[in-house]
Amino acid sequence: MIQRLVPHPFLTALLTAVWMLLENTLSWGVFVFALILGLVIPFLTRMWWPNRPKLSRPFKVPEYLVILIWDIIVANVSVAITVVFKRNADMKPAWIAIPLDIRSPEAITCLASTITLTPGTVSADVSSEGAYLLVHCLDTDDADAVRDEIKSRYERRLKEIFE
Amino acid sequence: MIWDILIAVALVIGAVFTLVGSYGLVKIDRPMSRLHAPTKASTLGVGSLLLASILDAYSSGDGSLHEILVMAFLFVTAPISAHFMAKAHIHRGTVAAAPPTLESGETWACLDKDREEQPADTSA
Repeated sequence: MIQRLVPHPFLTALLTAVWMLLENTLSWGVFVFALILGLVIPFLTRMWWPNRPKLSRPFKVPEYLVILIWDIIVANVSVAITVVFKRNADMKPAWIAIPLDIRSPEAITCLASTITLTPGTVSADVSSEGAYLLVHCLDTDDADAVRDEIKSRYERRLKEIFE
Repeated sequence: MIWDILIAVALVIGAVFTLVGSYGLVKIDRPMSRLHAPTKASTLGVGSLLLASILDAYSSGDGSLHEILVMAFLFVTAPISAHFMAKAHIHRGTVAAAPPTLESGETWACLDKDREEQPADTSA
């Protein structure tokens, strides 16, 4: 019964939070209306979301976000130095193929977005069977080290969160 | 006073990274490498400017959290546009070096010739 009325609890929470941020005020009236929207929209659109994305360890998400924001700041500074002070001819761009251990589309999307958001690396493509991720690196001497860092730092955590 | 200093620092940091991102866009000569420059402007640059906006709203007494929403949508959509530009570069062959071939015999999705004939994959 609950399962039928609230098919996507995370979507409900997200819609409620987004509506309250849009309204930009904290009051019970806004909260109740946000909650109504959060309950009605997933219910009305449930036929287009047949599967609930699996999130086995949601409490690990904040840790991941903190690491991500920290890495964005650190990588920004190092890439800014590279862009401003290094001559174009001295940069060593490289393609990196990252073999994926994660299989769920949501986890791969999160990993690809993470790689693009951290400056210095852009995810460009996935392989036809979804087993590899193609990443372009702005300036690196050791492509294998970048691959290993992405795998151990982000993919391992995403695997814990999603699988 | 302390608020003004914090806001000014956040604004300057945001402006500097936006400037570096734009400068990189002009300076870097290889198409795929050029894609890296705007990612700085859209993450730390805009993030810092929005932080300044939040701080300003709080210092003047009426808190504002719109900025968190701006940041969230930007962080969700920015990688998608970068992804599309990268795919377009690979398709048109305007990359300095071709992407590596895979040992397993798979190809990259946008180079997969068979896939174009098939109808869109609805299972994923």
